[in-house]
Amino acid sequence: MTAVDERAPALELRDLEIAYRVRGRDREVVRGISFTVGKQQSYGLVGESGCGKSTVALAAVRYLPRNGRVTAGSLQVAGRDVLALGGEQLRGYHRDVVSMVYQNPGSALNPTIRVGKQVTEVFALRGVRGADARERALAILREVRIADPEQVLRRYPHQLSGGMQQRVVIAMALATDPSLLILDEPTTGLDATVEAEVIDLIAELQDRHHTAVLFISHNLALIRKTCQNVGVLYAGELVEEGPTEEILQNPRHPYTVGLLRCLPRGGVRKDSRRLDTIRGFLPAIGEHLPGCVFVHRCGLAQPVCATEKPVDTPVGASHRSRCHFHERAQQLPHDTEGAAVAPVAVDRATTPLLRVDDLTKTFRQEGHEIKALAGVSAVLWAGETLGLVGESGSGKTTFARTLLGIVEPTSGTVEVDGRPLPPTLGSRSSDDVAALQIVFQNPDSALNRRHTVRRMLKRTLAKLARVSGGAAEARAGELVEAVRLPERALSARPTGLSGGQKQRVAIARAFAGEPRLVVCDEPTSALDVSVQAAILNLLVDLQGSHRTSYVFISHDLGVVRYLSDRIAVLYLGRLMELGPAATVFEPPHHPYTEALLSAVPTIDGEQRTRIELEGEIPSAADPPSGCVFHTRCPRKLGEICESEEPPLAEVEPEHLLRCHIPLEELRVMQGAPHEQPVAP
Amino acid sequence: MSGVRDDVPQLPVLVDAPPAGQPSLTHLDSPGRVRRETLRQIVRSKTFLLGAVVTLFWLVCAIFGYWIAPYHPIDESFAPSYESPSWSHPMGLDRVGRDVLSRVIVGARSVIVVAPAAMALGVTLGSILGLVMGYFGRWVDNVIGRILDAVLAIPLIVLAILILTALSAGQEGINVSSWQLIVVIGIAFTPPVARTVRSAVLAERDLDYVQAAKLRGERAPYVMFAEILPNVTGPIIVEATVRLGYAVFTVATLAFLSYGPQPPSPDWGLQIAEQYADISLAWWATIFPALAIASLVVAINLITDTVQQVLDE
Repeated sequence: MTAVDERAPALELRDLEIAYRVRGRDREVVRGISFTVGKQQSYGLVGESGCGKSTVALAAVRYLPRNGRVTAGSLQVAGRDVLALGGEQLRGYHRDVVSMVYQNPGSALNPTIRVGKQVTEVFALRGVRGADARERALAILREVRIADPEQVLRRYPHQLSGGMQQRVVIAMALATDPSLLILDEPTTGLDATVEAEVIDLIAELQDRHHTAVLFISHNLALIRKTCQNVGVLYAGELVEEGPTEEILQNPRHPYTVGLLRCLPRGGVRKDSRRLDTIRGFLPAIGEHLPGCVFVHRCGLAQPVCATEKPVDTPVGASHRSRCHFHERAQQLPHDTEGAAVAPVAVDRATTPLLRVDDLTKTFRQEGHEIKALAGVSAVLWAGETLGLVGESGSGKTTFARTLLGIVEPTSGTVEVDGRPLPPTLGSRSSDDVAALQIVFQNPDSALNRRHTVRRMLKRTLAKLARVSGGAAEARAGELVEAVRLPERALSARPTGLSGGQKQRVAIARAFAGEPRLVVCDEPTSALDVSVQAAILNLLVDLQGSHRTSYVFISHDLGVVRYLSDRIAVLYLGRLMELGPAATVFEPPHHPYTEALLSAVPTIDGEQRTRIELEGEIPSAADPPSGCVFHTRCPRKLGEICESEEPPLAEVEPEHLLRCHIPLEELRVMQGAPHEQPVAP
Repeated sequence: MSGVRDDVPQLPVLVDAPPAGQPSLTHLDSPGRVRRETLRQIVRSKTFLLGAVVTLFWLVCAIFGYWIAPYHPIDESFAPSYESPSWSHPMGLDRVGRDVLSRVIVGARSVIVVAPAAMALGVTLGSILGLVMGYFGRWVDNVIGRILDAVLAIPLIVLAILILTALSAGQEGINVSSWQLIVVIGIAFTPPVARTVRSAVLAERDLDYVQAAKLRGERAPYVMFAEILPNVTGPIIVEATVRLGYAVFTVATLAFLSYGPQPPSPDWGLQIAEQYADISLAWWATIFPALAIASLVVAINLITDTVQQVLDE
């Protein structure tokens, strides 16, 4: 390998432009980006989907898709001109200089080869073989805090959990001691508690190895935890760049300001205020933009913004913004999409809308009994939202599916308006079917891509509201309007709609039959934050006007808190805590709730010290004795936790807790001035 | 990368930007446009064009054969028999002094009628079974699946011969009508089509839109045919074109084995059967009908390749 400048920065982009060739035309995706990641520095690249984040990363490792190419600019990694590398040089570059960790660890590892062989292969490429390679592999796995590396080396990837797989991938990336480590949304598929561990690990490894890191994420809070500097990407342009804290406290571009405002943070709730949104859409790929890229969506835009490209202006120490009016950025008008909310008056004197009593679901798998739900009881009144919180495998989805009748409960009852519902969908009357509806997580798969919106809504109206013909057409129009889509959306098919628009159609469909209860299964987790805010506002509005109740499932505690009146915390199919949202999210609460809250990285205020949960969520086929949480509980009392399952006791009015520790003691333990839990 | 429409006016700037909550529909492709684009891509491909031209040629021969052919296909009045190709008989004469060119042209008919019909029957039956197996799963899938496996285990030609022989039991000699051929080949094609469709349905069955349909009380037939079927048309179209090529080959093979049109029909397979014994004496009487079969099969495969390629993208 040729001599390279040892002092060169880890990554240096100069006016980089990348285009994708689509239908015979080059469409510009990255529109002239310049930034530098110094040696040993960490740099975060943040932006919504479609802004070009991953394209930049792929260009840096020379893995652009076949129709993509760099059209202008330069890209240097540790002093090498990456764009000029060819053949053997490129192989050497991949082997020695750069490493990349992708979003999905499951597909980054070869499912047919044992982990040991895959890890030692990395060393073999660099000439270390046999026992030496094995020693090095064990060492690197220990470094990513894998407790039992010998065991892990013998396993196949599918025998490891997602968090463990991602650790292995990170270990392999670090094994080559690269000059630049690129992490592309490395924790997106992971649970909040696992995500927190992986993020801590990345921050720690970076401290120890002094590897330069390019961290790509849509989540500013994660970047805050891992990166010194951050660049905000919008429509293929770097609109703002600077030290992370500085950008969070003192953003100088309207897009950054808008992005930060979209997040439900500081414990806001649906009855206190609406969420800010960013109106409009990301410009089309390759759209010609003579002025500022953000002009269509900016509340501060002036005529000059549409015609003249703002220059990259220094606005502070190493803080730059690409805005004509950067000094006014923080005066961006609030965009809350409609009037303030009128909170739904909940009348607790009436019959509850939903009463779930001792719901249990046991799956049988290869002779094992898996208790997905173990005696869950809850009550919900009309117009209320019940938030369901817990790691994957905690039974949230099974609970929702049992309500809907998709899954037949093993025992227990579901009552709506005081009437018990038959256990399965097939045995329910069409009124019962109409009463409970769902909004799915992924709007892409929730809508039939071959049907028009009109067809979906009219068919649903015919089945659930028994209206057809002209009346159905009129109702479909009203529904589309209620979810704030233009009327011509009726003729569109899902392929012609954006993610947020698809989710609006899914919501319209769920409301077609005037449901009493809508299950929202992570309805915003597949969407960008600005779209998420608009969808949450819409759900609040619809709840206000229809007095619909929601069962809201989300891993995003900020979102759950915004929307929910009551929160249920599930662990291994058991209710650990149930109570009003404010009570559950404020101490004293269950040690598990405490751990969940502490795992969420924050954007404002001090970072909380994270309460580490040891190990992974135990198998539901073989739950721990006594309190199911005792194996991971940081506040375990002792023998009693292992032998005796604590009852779900009402420790305060309306606040139920399943823990041996008396409430007063929890209050003292957790009592230190506790700041507001906040979501990313 | 999702494509971008360039002929749509972009969002107007500033003042008349759509108010929040009134999002305009995005710049994404309309499905009609995508379909047109797909068609254009298919039509532009050279392999497709070659395949289409050859297929079309045989189609025209099948319909207008008697008008196009220079002589009547069963006219034995030419002499001497086994005359080699000449200006008046470009493909020569066969054993009984019939014009081979005329017989090849007119002979296209039986294959061109039977093969697509058999394919259509096989694809229809196979799609229905595949939908049922994939959608219901469990024992339904198992029972139908094992039966289809049993059918698949018997070689196609042997199966067809068994059924056709059974059908003409009690009659003198073998007498196979086009209807019987269509039904037999259609049934023989059902298992592979059913398998393909089943696996496509398995990928769709667990998507949320199917769940959503159940959650508004839809019954199984509606979910299968109105919700899932439109989403598995891609594999079905590919399967159909593949089967068409096989069908041509199967029809010709069965005719060769005398399970098909009877003499003096100019059917290609039958012609080969009648003439091949004398191939060293008069190659033209065997080679030209054989080339006709090959050209049609290859042409259909060229079309298949393009369709598959474009639908895979």
